Amino acid sequence: MIAIVDYNAGNTCSVINALNRLNIDHILTADPLDIEKADKIILPGVGHAKAAMDNLEKRNLTDVLKAAKQPFLGVCVGMQLMASMSTEGPTQALGIVDNIVQRFEFDSNAMKVPHMGWNRIHKTSDHPVFAGINDGSFVYFVHSYYMPQNEHSICTTNYGISYSAAICRDNFVGVQFHPEKSGPIGERLLKNFVEL
Amino acid sequence: MVAKRIIPCLDIKNGRTVKGINFVELKDAGDPVELAQKYSNAGADELVFLDISATLEERETIYDLVKKVGECINIPFAVGGGISEVNRVEKILKNGADKVSINSAAVRDPLVVKRISDAFGSQCTIVAVDGKQVNGKWLIHTHGGTRSTDLDLFEWVQKVQDLGAGEILFTSMDNDGTKAGFALEALAYMDELLSIPVIASGGAGNMEHFHEAFNDGMASAGLAASIFHFGEIEIPDLKNYLIKKGNNIRP
Repeated sequence: MIAIVDYNAGNTCSVINALNRLNIDHILTADPLDIEKADKIILPGVGHAKAAMDNLEKRNLTDVLKAAKQPFLGVCVGMQLMASMSTEGPTQALGIVDNIVQRFEFDSNAMKVPHMGWNRIHKTSDHPVFAGINDGSFVYFVHSYYMPQNEHSICTTNYGISYSAAICRDNFVGVQFHPEKSGPIGERLLKNFVEL
Repeated sequence: MVAKRIIPCLDIKNGRTVKGINFVELKDAGDPVELAQKYSNAGADELVFLDISATLEERETIYDLVKKVGECINIPFAVGGGISEVNRVEKILKNGADKVSINSAAVRDPLVVKRISDAFGSQCTIVAVDGKQVNGKWLIHTHGGTRSTDLDLFEWVQKVQDLGAGEILFTSMDNDGTKAGFALEALAYMDELLSIPVIASGGAGNMEHFHEAFNDGMASAGLAASIFHFGEIEIPDLKNYLIKKGNNIRP
């Protein structure tokens, strides 16, 4: 059973739809006990990092997420919350990865923010969640804040700079893009995650 | 770099897709879910559903449609038409849409842009603008283009950007239906002014027009309806054409 963390942070419906299409069992829950005993955890999210973090804290979910031993997937803001902090707010975050999420700042209006649309991912190391996904595949992004490339990056994307499209530390994986909206490539990633 | 997007737009009336030329002689064009799936499989990068239902009662059917589309397709989609308040936005997003598009309601009360953006994020807040040149000046029109205002198009898009819009869907009424190409100069000027992406709409007649919109108009995305619905341009052909011309496109 996969626990999708229910913390009023946006696109849970899209994640549920994607898992349903793949016939993957899941529950949407804000109960720390459910989350603790789940086989896997998905932390979705769109919107504002501080609002999202506040919601996790209000529901007393930060400890159980930080202590997770099972495979964990953070999506978009869910990945950003894996950082130590985000300048969106600003807010402290879960601190799974020691890095700071920051806003895209460009000198020219030619680089639009949000970074919105399909962009290529470049693998920087092999990870089973990217099994069968070719280097250079297009996936769907929509975000104004990013995590810089760091030692936990397993995938990068170039938008003005090269930044973390996916990160991993032990059982924790995070993706900045939306696998649930990234066509067959995204479905492959979700399937890979379920099979971890 | 992020790829330029191709976006088919589906007009919805009472839960069904309709096709028409310049909004006259609307014909039933079948099940929107099937059409959405067809476009998604053909490589559309995103979809826009525009509810042109005349009555509030008809508009209630949009939620079911959004739910079904969300269950079936795995690319992002936006819903517009008759959206004026946060609670309607919430219902649309909770049923599975990724973005909403607001138009006339923003002109009536610009702060609705801020309320939606604050509540759900700028990434899901598209402001659609219908512009038309009047005495050499681009002015905003509302209610499907039927009512003119004295709002300057370029001032307006900057204002809604400041209020939290994450994207502009710009339809040139002068170009819409002409099949003579997008409003390139207005698009290019908007690109210079704005730091958020612009979707070009109105005037697509052939594949070259999309190339122009991306390279001369600097648009982030090109939207069209009839040329896709009537099979005049197939999305895979369009994408191959644009890739050959050197555009960054998701194959």
